[in-house]
Parts: sequence; C-alpha cells; structure tokens
Amino acid sequence: MDSVPSPEPATAPAAEPRPGQVRYLPATGQTLMKLIITGPFGVGKTTLIRTLSEIPTLHTEEVMTRSSVGHDDLKGLPEKATTTVAVDFGRLTVPGDLVLYLFGTPGQERFFPLWQDIARGALGALVMADTRRLADSFPVMDMVEEEGLPYAVAVNRFPGAPAHSDDTLRKHLDLAPQTPLVQCDARNRRDSIGTLIALAEHVLTRLPEDD
Amino acid sequence: MTAGRPGTSGAAAAPKGGPPGGRGRRLIPAYLATGGRERPRGTAGFDRLTLLVATDQQPPELDFGPEHRRLWTLLRPGALTVVECAAHLGLPVSATVFLAADLVGGGHLLARSPVPKAEEIDRTLIERLLVGLRALP
Repeated sequence: MDSVPSPEPATAPAAEPRPGQVRYLPATGQTLMKLIITGPFGVGKTTLIRTLSEIPTLHTEEVMTRSSVGHDDLKGLPEKATTTVAVDFGRLTVPGDLVLYLFGTPGQERFFPLWQDIARGALGALVMADTRRLADSFPVMDMVEEEGLPYAVAVNRFPGAPAHSDDTLRKHLDLAPQTPLVQCDARNRRDSIGTLIALAEHVLTRLPEDD
Repeated sequence: MTAGRPGTSGAAAAPKGGPPGGRGRRLIPAYLATGGRERPRGTAGFDRLTLLVATDQQPPELDFGPEHRRLWTLLRPGALTVVECAAHLGLPVSATVFLAADLVGGGHLLARSPVPKAEEIDRTLIERLLVGLRALP
C-alpha cells in the first residue's frame, strides 16, 4: 500500500509530470476496458495491480461526501463533510489492441457509492481474499453481487499464511459452484495473469451464445 | 492541489465566485465555477476511461485558467484517459472532467470513448481478451 491519502490534500504540491514519465496511448485503434480489483484493506490489491501494470501504478484522490460517511467505522476519523480515499489503478495492454484498466477499489461498505461509480461499465471484478481473514471478503462479495458484476475470487497466498485446498476455501467463502476461485501470489506475474484469465472465462460463460 | 486558490491569477478586483460565463474572462477555475450548477454543461459523456487528445489550438490564457493549460500541456505529446490525466495532475476525476469538457468545447481537446458499451460486450470481445491474456509474456 503506497497510496495512503495525504492528510492535507489541499496543500499537496501539484508537481508537473516529468517528460518521459508519462506513458501515452495511441490516439485511435484500441478498445479500453475496465476491471475492478477489490477486497478488504491490505489484501494485496495494489500489489496485484503493480505486478500486472505496464505503467507505474497511479492513483486518484476520490472525494466522498457526507452521505457516504455516515456509517464510518474508522476509529479516530473525525466527523467531516467529505473525506478522500486514494484509488490505485494500473494499465495492461493485451495483444489484440485491448487495453485493460485495473482499478483497485476499496472493499469497505462505507465506500459503496464510490465503488459503484468506479465499477460502472466494468467487465467484471476480481475479489481478493486472505486465508487468515476470509470473512473480511464477504461484504465485498455482497457489493459485487448487488452490482450484478461477474466476479472471480483470487486468494492471495501470503508467506506464512495457512494453506488450504480450493474445496475448503470455497466452502468457507460460501461460493456458488460457478464462481471461479484461484489461488495466487499477487507478486507473481503468471499467477496474476491467471486470475484475469479465470475472470474473463467466467465473464464469457455469462454472455449469451452467438446465434 | 494548487487549484483551490481562486482569484490569484490577476483577478484581484473580481468578486469571488462570480457567475460563470457571461463575460469572456474566466475568473476562477472552471470546476470551482460550476458550484451552482447541478450538472456542468458538456460533461455528461465523460467517464474515467474517456480518451483525451490535444489539438493544435493552445487554450488562450485570457479564456482559460492555469489548470486548463496544465491539462492541455500534459496531453500535447499524446493521448491519455481522463483518470490518467487526473492522477498525473493531482486533481480529482470530477475536476478533470470539468476542465476537459471546457477544453473540448473550445476546440482545444478531442475526446472519444473507446470503451465498449454494455450491449457491445459480447462473446467476440471477451474471446479476443482471453486470447490476448493467454499470449501475454
């Protein structure tokens, strides 16, 4: 997590990006698509995005208004009209002129309006989970289901975390039989690509057959 | 963000937050000037993945604020999405959309949405994606 929001965003320097630092896109000919990488805090969303992204991970400061902070459960966060949260994202160009944008959206319920806003138009979501606290991913799965987004679950194997079989994990996560589950190391590129393939295969099964 | 400093660019005599439009000179950044508007004009079609490209027409200093010119300058070398512009400029996405809409309105930027609409997400597209993902190094 390198994207802790600045406590005083209003005073953050607006440094100009240096030439060469910005990776531009071709102006035409590509199809851009959005995938949501979500899950509880610290589950490895940013790690997975960094592993896959062809650009250094970027973030935006997203402003949330009072209506969405009413049930804030962060201890010590003073009541205020707005709060900002950093949303990390990365970019992955896939052969065939497709460009995937991977948005790491916070999984806490209090961020649901922001989550919905970012998820609009997404192909699907990858819900990440940690074997040491699987239940933390439940609210996220609820949000994704409420939004009607196809999703796959990626269990990030942290070093030293207990290993479990897919069957055990599926049972504890209460997954529907058709929901894909992949175990991965979010630092590993092949593993991380594998999670996207599992998600894309699942998205395909939800689309009507061509006639 | 340096954007939150209305009135520091030669607009000393102007009343803070004066009505947008009307006169030629913009006194405060566009997205601050939209305060009274439910929905800023011209931003409806934008989202995070709208692709922005600069035209050769530099936004004139008299009509546009420094944030508009920063956005146009960022886009001079090539195309970027709204969300990448927001991240590089350190601006909220919503503010970046306001700036982009103003610049598109003035002919200084082109915007296009290379994002498939819901009805265009079909098996062919996802199959292409799968082939591409499997071919990644």
